[in-house]
Amino acid sequence: MRKLTLPFTDDAIRELKVGDPILLSGVMVTGRDAVHKWMIETFVKKARVPQGDDLAVYEAIKPLLSGSAIYHCGPVVAGLDTKDYRFVAAGPTTSIREEPYQGDVMRHFKIKGVIGKGGMGPKTLAACQEVPGAYLHAIGGAASLIAQTVTKVIGVYKLDFGVPEAMWVIEVKDFPAVVTMDAHGGSLHAEVEAKSKAALEKLLAA
Amino acid sequence: MRDLTEAFVELIRLTSTDLSPDVEQTLVAAREREAAGSAARGAMDAILENVALSRRNSTPICQDTGTPIFYVRYPEGWSARKLREQIRAAVAAATKKSYLRPNAVDALTEKNSGNNLGDEAFPTIHFEEVEGDELVVDLLLKGGGCENVGAQYSLPLRQRDFDAGRDLKGVRKVVLDAVQKAQGQGCAPGILGVAIGGDRGSSYYASKEVLFRKMDEASPDPLLAGLEKQLTGEANQLGIGPMGFGGQTTVLATKMTGMHRLPASFFVSVSYMCWAHRRRRMTVHGRSASAPSGGEEVAYHA
Repeated sequence: MRKLTLPFTDDAIRELKVGDPILLSGVMVTGRDAVHKWMIETFVKKARVPQGDDLAVYEAIKPLLSGSAIYHCGPVVAGLDTKDYRFVAAGPTTSIREEPYQGDVMRHFKIKGVIGKGGMGPKTLAACQEVPGAYLHAIGGAASLIAQTVTKVIGVYKLDFGVPEAMWVIEVKDFPAVVTMDAHGGSLHAEVEAKSKAALEKLLAA
Repeated sequence: MRDLTEAFVELIRLTSTDLSPDVEQTLVAAREREAAGSAARGAMDAILENVALSRRNSTPICQDTGTPIFYVRYPEGWSARKLREQIRAAVAAATKKSYLRPNAVDALTEKNSGNNLGDEAFPTIHFEEVEGDELVVDLLLKGGGCENVGAQYSLPLRQRDFDAGRDLKGVRKVVLDAVQKAQGQGCAPGILGVAIGGDRGSSYYASKEVLFRKMDEASPDPLLAGLEKQLTGEANQLGIGPMGFGGQTTVLATKMTGMHRLPASFFVSVSYMCWAHRRRRMTVHGRSASAPSGGEEVAYHA
């Protein structure tokens, strides 16, 4: 199993191929529905005027995301009262909801790794080829197991989005994932979708 | 009336952290079917390791602890109003203990309530007064990923690549279509809850209720029992596999029920449940209560 350190180099990303199991170590940031919408509207399309701590958060997350990974995850976090945060359960959420935003978010923040589950579509795959980047599939539902690879919660931004939707900055050690979309246009999801569609047509014709 | 709040907290803890043995057994069998060294086998290994770890550490199997859905069947003498208050108090307490993630988000203000208490439907609590002297409370934790891939079809249906009529042949076609569309996004391998008939609301309700059946419990209707088996087998021929990585097991089991319908309507509702099929039962007899623990129903004294 290949061990990778965050942030990624372009070479490390280009070496990844669909099907490769990997173990990630380093600093990553969680971000899901609310975060992607906020990023696109406020900083990519600039359709919304930055408010409150928006600009300060933007400046803080830029260097964290550059070359690194965004993790589609809404964790269960202990220590909310004391701010002595600890990840209790932290598996991936379904990524396809971010398909309208992900490619542009990757380009804007120079994000090279997108971690989630269920795979993404052609827009994200195109961004993986450009940036370059890869989609790293974590095991859905394996929340206690993945939480054990989170060695430290470094901080949190936009906690007002709610615990699941906030941006948690975490340090991980040997976080397990499988490459299912690579920087060369390969997508396991497109492949399985096509094969299952052909199998379905066969079953329904019978 | 006794205060069952603590017993409800325990029911929530067990449901969230301790997968029922009948579900775990089907996952073990599914692991065996995947080729050694494959991504699907790796996914099943991680799933089973996570199930054991969650049980040992009393941590949520999945961080998406979903919508807590309670079914309360109470004999005469219990107050549904008080039971509702106690269940809501237990849900808030279980959230504080990290057995549940705060999941109740106001759709208009976007504000997360922080304690899993939202409107009347969050948590969802169904009440029904029953005969006898036994209070039975079932809990299902159903996450958003699998809820999003649920589907409802109105038959007859003419699609580009198939026609589905108002009969079990048509039902078969749309259920397989729903599984193919879901791909791995509902955290395959999943369990299918299927209701035939009803109206849009009652049909979805029934498609969730059948998910409480044991994994090896077939429909009492022999026609449906046959179709359940057939659909599980055919869904697995789609090759979607664990997590959508490709593989032998896409669906662990299919649970079906038939309902009455209007002459004009023929709905087929599919509730997809992820592999982390978290459901538990608590029973209260007269003065003593039994809460499920470690997969067995053990005596519990409130």
